[in-house]
Amino acid sequence: MRNTIMTDMVELTIDGIRTRVPEGTTVLEAARGLGIVIPTLCHYPGLTPYGACRVCLVEVVKGNRSRLEASCTLPAQNGMVIRTDTERVRRVRKVVVELLLASCPNSKALQDLAASIGVDKVRFEIKDRGCILCGLCVRYCKEQMQSGGIGFVGRGTSRRVGTAFGETPEECRNCGGCEWICPVCERACTAGNLVDGLCGGCQNLAPVETCLFCIKCSEAVGARGHKVF
Amino acid sequence: MLKSRDELERLREEAMQKRAARESFVTVCCGTGCQAHGAERVAMAFKDELRRRRLSPRITLKTTGCHGFCECGPLVVLHPERILYVRVSPDDVPEIVEKSLLGEEVVERLLYVDPTTGKRVVHEDEVPFYKKQMRLVLGNNGLIDPTEIEDYIAIDGYSALAKALFEMTPERIIDEIKRSGLRGRGGAGFPTGRKWEACRNAPAPDGVRYVICNADEGDPGAYMDRSLLEGNPHSVIEGMLIGAFAIGAHKGFVYVRHEYPLAVKNLGIALEQTRRYGLLGEDILGSGFDFDIEVCRGGGAFVCGESTALIASLEGQIGEPRPKHIHTTTSGLHGKPTNLNNVETWANVPLIINRGADWYSKIGTATSKGTKIFSLVGKVNNTGLVEVPMGTTLREIVYDTGGGLRDGKRLKAVQTGGPSGGCIPTSLLDTEVDFERLSEIGSMMGSGGMIVMDETTCMVDIARYFVKFLTEESCGKCTPCREGLDRMLDVLTGIVEGKGGDGDIELLEELSGVLKEASLCGLGKTAANPVLSTIRYFRDEYEAHIKDKRCPAGACRALITFSIDEEKCVGCGACAKACPQDAITGKKKQPHKIDADRCIKCGICRTVCKFEAIKVV
Repeated sequence: MRNTIMTDMVELTIDGIRTRVPEGTTVLEAARGLGIVIPTLCHYPGLTPYGACRVCLVEVVKGNRSRLEASCTLPAQNGMVIRTDTERVRRVRKVVVELLLASCPNSKALQDLAASIGVDKVRFEIKDRGCILCGLCVRYCKEQMQSGGIGFVGRGTSRRVGTAFGETPEECRNCGGCEWICPVCERACTAGNLVDGLCGGCQNLAPVETCLFCIKCSEAVGARGHKVF
Repeated sequence: MLKSRDELERLREEAMQKRAARESFVTVCCGTGCQAHGAERVAMAFKDELRRRRLSPRITLKTTGCHGFCECGPLVVLHPERILYVRVSPDDVPEIVEKSLLGEEVVERLLYVDPTTGKRVVHEDEVPFYKKQMRLVLGNNGLIDPTEIEDYIAIDGYSALAKALFEMTPERIIDEIKRSGLRGRGGAGFPTGRKWEACRNAPAPDGVRYVICNADEGDPGAYMDRSLLEGNPHSVIEGMLIGAFAIGAHKGFVYVRHEYPLAVKNLGIALEQTRRYGLLGEDILGSGFDFDIEVCRGGGAFVCGESTALIASLEGQIGEPRPKHIHTTTSGLHGKPTNLNNVETWANVPLIINRGADWYSKIGTATSKGTKIFSLVGKVNNTGLVEVPMGTTLREIVYDTGGGLRDGKRLKAVQTGGPSGGCIPTSLLDTEVDFERLSEIGSMMGSGGMIVMDETTCMVDIARYFVKFLTEESCGKCTPCREGLDRMLDVLTGIVEGKGGDGDIELLEELSGVLKEASLCGLGKTAANPVLSTIRYFRDEYEAHIKDKRCPAGACRALITFSIDEEKCVGCGACAKACPQDAITGKKKQPHKIDADRCIKCGICRTVCKFEAIKVV
């Protein structure tokens, strides 16, 4: 067993701040340790980093060149120089959130994020698929509940979260964890009057409990109990 | 069961003697292209004819893999003179046997006619299609029956393996590959020797390392890996054996598409034979080196050609990529150091070991060495597989080897690199094809697809086609690729349907930039190439669609109307008969008319009209 004190440390610079973190730490964790906010959607502490939503993009600077990487899956390395809030990062991040909003406008988490990073318009036709395919539920089911009852089905735009052959699997214990962790169905934005794909209701400032329009979500979790699909 | 190098050499002598003993042999190409032309029936006819005349074993028949000249299939080559007959049908077989095999005569009508000179060409190597090629890897396809290991051994097969096992250390092999300058033929062009070295040096506490052959060729129109596996599977197996010995792996996998039944079959036969001959398994040729190969069939997901997705699929997971901050050479299949190379890369290895890095590195350009197989398809006269040295210009490939464009049409663009490649305009036709030059001009080498397009091809529609392909083939894991491509497809579909508006091009460029910067894997990062390259070189076509609602190539149905030129129409009625909508009316020998309301713009009338009387505006 390796002693924690003996763990190799790596030194990197995030937004000009030098920091030392144990080897194996991701850039996202390192940044959060410094109090730097990097927005995320598909990341959840305790679940394997997935790198799917691409909202946590940061700029990795190497000499005169730089590239964008998802910070949630990027291991911190010695001498790394990271910028989390450059013009380039903000520009790409906004388009990514805009794309997600157009395919799933009724998520409070997403609407909040859009408001916080300044997405002021969704230029695409709304195709509400009701899921951002962040895979939190899939990983939660597999990694935290050791169930693996749900998974991804299909690929491309027809990719969805589903169960094998569309039937409730034996592995499912109706724990409701998938609903609990879902950024769409648990905290649905039900304002119903989207302007340009953006929520005009609670303006994303009020917490979910006090959102006047959010009545359906508590119902879904309430008396009828949790039900997977 | 061969137990030593000497036994292999003895077997080689025997096999060579056997080959020398017969007077001549006939090869019938039974690659997938020729099979589609009915090559199997031709081979059957030869078999019957040779048996009927009691000619075997004096004259033998060999059904081989793809020769490359698929346009003219079924191909028959008579050895040792190498007389080439094209488009042979089973009915021609008795005549060939009578005249050319028993007599000295050549069957004139079956010879290839050079369209530029109008002359008939007798020998295979005189055909312009083959002349400028350098068929180091593909050439053996035409000489051997892929289901006969002794055929491969007779042409020096497995001699590179013996050399590697008994004369070289793993370090020397890696050094040789490094010095040869061989780069990955799957698309990215990573130096193969460096990859091997990284895998060899990666810590493997339990000593387990893997090698994988990526045969998940998925680019539309590309079939070079398929033809290699079908026609010469042993060259790939030998390459993998040498690689595994150099890296220190004892287990290999070939990940091959399930849609390649002949490749799967021939590879299976080849593996079974190598095992039987002691070239695969334990203590290979008495060297103490153990290695075996397992075949895994992929389910036809394009993304599974990406290394991490392929490995996930091999592990039984969903075939989706993961970030590559830790290379697969450090932690790949089941977390072990894994070296993955493409079919063509593996097939190059025995060549380099046999002939040496110095010889190999003399072929090609400064940064790209060796030859590359391209699948030349589209509106070109000689479609097929061509193998040329790196640095050959596109012009040479399209005009000299490819024989120029069909029906005397003008070349508009060459699309290279598969769906994530780019369209190269005629002005850049003198570009020397290598990894760097192609990337510089906004395309890429990819696995070697090369689609020739003429003036009737709409570049916006082509971009839309490739984006559609990629939208369907994106694994759907990361947002930019899944959603971004879908939105780009919407914009492009709008443009070709005449619903494009101001800002569409800019939006495409913006989304392309996001795709390039933010996608997780290589598929997403390069997916915008077809759009970016067509905007870069054919912006005027986009603008014509958007501003003038006009398709300059006359290909986008929503933007064109069909009409009949009264002066040219002779009233033959061919178009009216062919029209599926009965939209064309007119009296015999009088100019006909198209009813625009009924016309579905299928273009059949234009194809059948011999007088070019159908106008498209």
